[in-house]
Amino acid sequence: MELYVALKLIWAVLLGVLLTGLGVMVGMDMGVGTLLRFVGRTDDERRAMLNAIGPHWDGNQVWFILGGGAVFAAFPTLYATSFSVFYVVMILLLFSMIVRPLAFEYRSKVPAWRWRETWDWAFLISGAIPMFVFGAAFGNVLEGVAFHFAWDGQYFQDGSFIWYVLNPFAILCGAMSVALSLHQGGAMVMLRTEDPMATRAKRIGSVAGWVAALLFAIGGVWVARMQGYAFTAPVDPGMAATPLHGPAVARQAGAWLANFHAYPEAWAFPAIGLLGMILGPVALRAGRPAIGWWLGALAWVGTIFTVGAAMFPFLMPSTTAPSESLTVWNASGSQYNLTWMLVFALIFTPAVIAYTGWAFRVMRGTVKTDAMTHDDHSY
Amino acid sequence: MSVVDLSRLQFALTALYHFLFVPLTLGLSVMLASMETVYVITGKPIYKEMVLFWGKLFGINFALGVATGLTMEFEFGTNWSMYSHFVGDVFGTPLAIEGLMAFFMESTFVGLMFFGWDRLSRPAHLAVTYLVALGSNLSALWILIANGFMQDPVGAKFDPVTMRMQFTSIYDLIFSPDAQSKFVHTSIAGFVCAAMLVMGVSAYYLLGRRHREFAARSFRMAALFGVISSLAVITLGDALGRADYLLQSTKIAAIEGLWHTSKPPYEPWKIVALPNDRTQKDLFSIGIPYVLTPLITHTLTQPIPGILELEQKAKPRVAKGIAAVLALKDYATTGDEAALAAFRKNEKDMGYGLLAQRYAPGQDLAKITPAELPGIVERTARATTPNVFVEFWAFRVMMALGFAFLAVFAFGAYYSLRNRLERHPMVMRLAMWAIPLPVLASEFGWIVAENGRQPWTVFGWLPTFQSVSTHSVGYMIFSLVGFVLLYSSFIAAELYLMFRVARIGPGGPAPRPAGAGLAGAGLAGAPGLAEKIWQ
Repeated sequence: MELYVALKLIWAVLLGVLLTGLGVMVGMDMGVGTLLRFVGRTDDERRAMLNAIGPHWDGNQVWFILGGGAVFAAFPTLYATSFSVFYVVMILLLFSMIVRPLAFEYRSKVPAWRWRETWDWAFLISGAIPMFVFGAAFGNVLEGVAFHFAWDGQYFQDGSFIWYVLNPFAILCGAMSVALSLHQGGAMVMLRTEDPMATRAKRIGSVAGWVAALLFAIGGVWVARMQGYAFTAPVDPGMAATPLHGPAVARQAGAWLANFHAYPEAWAFPAIGLLGMILGPVALRAGRPAIGWWLGALAWVGTIFTVGAAMFPFLMPSTTAPSESLTVWNASGSQYNLTWMLVFALIFTPAVIAYTGWAFRVMRGTVKTDAMTHDDHSY
Repeated sequence: MSVVDLSRLQFALTALYHFLFVPLTLGLSVMLASMETVYVITGKPIYKEMVLFWGKLFGINFALGVATGLTMEFEFGTNWSMYSHFVGDVFGTPLAIEGLMAFFMESTFVGLMFFGWDRLSRPAHLAVTYLVALGSNLSALWILIANGFMQDPVGAKFDPVTMRMQFTSIYDLIFSPDAQSKFVHTSIAGFVCAAMLVMGVSAYYLLGRRHREFAARSFRMAALFGVISSLAVITLGDALGRADYLLQSTKIAAIEGLWHTSKPPYEPWKIVALPNDRTQKDLFSIGIPYVLTPLITHTLTQPIPGILELEQKAKPRVAKGIAAVLALKDYATTGDEAALAAFRKNEKDMGYGLLAQRYAPGQDLAKITPAELPGIVERTARATTPNVFVEFWAFRVMMALGFAFLAVFAFGAYYSLRNRLERHPMVMRLAMWAIPLPVLASEFGWIVAENGRQPWTVFGWLPTFQSVSTHSVGYMIFSLVGFVLLYSSFIAAELYLMFRVARIGPGGPAPRPAGAGLAGAGLAGAPGLAEKIWQ
């Protein structure tokens, strides 16, 4: 296989890994944020929840930032087009997300009820909305997005943002993403806090996991019947990265199942996802939150890679100019760039995983209210 | 206002705002590491108290830096789609590496730095603090490597097939002289900001005769740190100026308000002037002779090209650039090899052709009639000069502030080392008042760097007006209004907390017993001196 094609493939997989990391780690923190007002009824309860993820949320959030940076570098045209096409939604995501770092750092620094209550609402908004948008983006991309390109590589959008928000399939995906984050957040709350928060988190988290499973199943049927995209002419995976003058693409109902028909082993992805979503809550109910957490992570792996397997090699199909759809082949960086990025990824990803693991190990155990209220730095 | 103007406004506002917090993070992280080093070596608890207290201010500031940094990571894609497409292959890479190598490190260890005091041994916690400092400064390095590419696009080549700059040399990109000199200048400017904050707040305690030992030690450490870093920032600023002289003549000419090529060695350095961009003359100017040439070129003989001469030199490039873009478009639509050959001939000047689109009828170069051509060439050449008034004054304000800090730190260090600080309350008041000034100087530095880059986003290759996303004005108003509202409330909350923590001072309020709830824990606190002065 040609080196450039191999690099494109590796980066497509790494994109999936990044999005999975984002779902698991950021989703967990956002889940805790969403649960905050429901699971924590008193100030000390809420503080215990925040301190459970306090040492980690910032590091976890880098998955999100790195996701942006890596898409920018590895799939520049995808970054340029998707962020712009979804402008209003992206800005809403940003607005809700940037409140979160402040909420963590500022909330408990002032002992006034109204101050803290305001930030607790901020946690709800900055937990639920970004996860919803994250999921809805997948929904919209699966259905295709209205855009085309000019000769110089500038994109033009052919649709209105209203649709991206009101699209029923996207709403389903958004809801599923929120549900997964509630499950992951619930598992974390169980791991790191004591009763009554742990019991409440168990109840909500396990139901959320099963809701996610249900939505995933409905979504699967939906995807099987929706208009997918397929090349109708031979495509050269080693092509220069430009969305212009590409081979013809057609919209076909059921096209998103083509990869599963061609490679039945790909069914493992939805199976893994569904298994995680069904068994995760079982583990939570059995009082094994660590196992539940890992099953929740598995659910994300299954979900993201199911979408990837269905769409491959498409990244963001165009409804108005299907032949200008962005794919792994035509939206990627140059061979030189992908090579060097891979070198950096190979060196630093193991380091990141190692020290993140170490940080979690150092901070293991439940948050003690007494220690929390005496520590100047705690949230 | 057009979408371009609104997008520029939004980017400038969000970047300047982000940059209010970044310098403090860069500097404070290093200062915290130094303080903790002293703590681990001497074992004196007062140094731990220093790390804890200044760490709290660090945390409040850090959160806002992280939050507003998210905006920056997104904004290239949301608002500058053509730019992102054009340079993503080379510009996105340092951003991605920044996340992977630096920001992950900084953010993961910052959690342990705050929460790990009781769980880590002293040396391990010290190592964690050093990793935070290293991470934040490495982060600045990669961001400025990316920025360096905008100023001086090295390490990439334009590819007519993919219609973008493609990465060709990681070595050239990383060791770009502009990026490297900008990195050291910027990160050390952050040290100045942090030193001034620590010195100023300590002065506030000394004036109020509170926490005296704590404040005296912090003051001395900050003053010494400040003297060294202000000297460094001035020296490194000079080095950056020389890099710009070699790479961005238009920026240097605008900084110095140099309309005509300089006559070495007599050419005066203008201290004050009122440059008029429309007439391209100074309304008046006062300068010191014999200073400019050695200042910029580090020689007595080399001339510095003036704005009018640079515009003359740009004209043939515009004409060639128009031919290049026409050929490129032909090649892009027909795939004709002859068109590609025609493009290759004038490839270097492509950016000037793209810039000329702005003045072409319907922004289409093909519609330019021979009669219109000289006028369009003239206007395009004129557009290659950044706003001279802004550049001239932003630079002077930044520089004047720089020398002022050096003086404040020097006085502070002198009296602090001789233990005579309390007899000179003026020095301490000055230190307090000066807290926001280094941050202000950093903002002016950003303006010098980025206004001086105009009219380009990628210097000489991609004009700003073409880099923008194809949004409607309505979208832009929506996001701008949102940013203004959100960011104003953020800064209000941030300043409120900063003042509150500074007023309460090290040690913090008496810890409340667990489960006591919030009742009775009021927000009051005697209004402090700092608040009065700030009003």
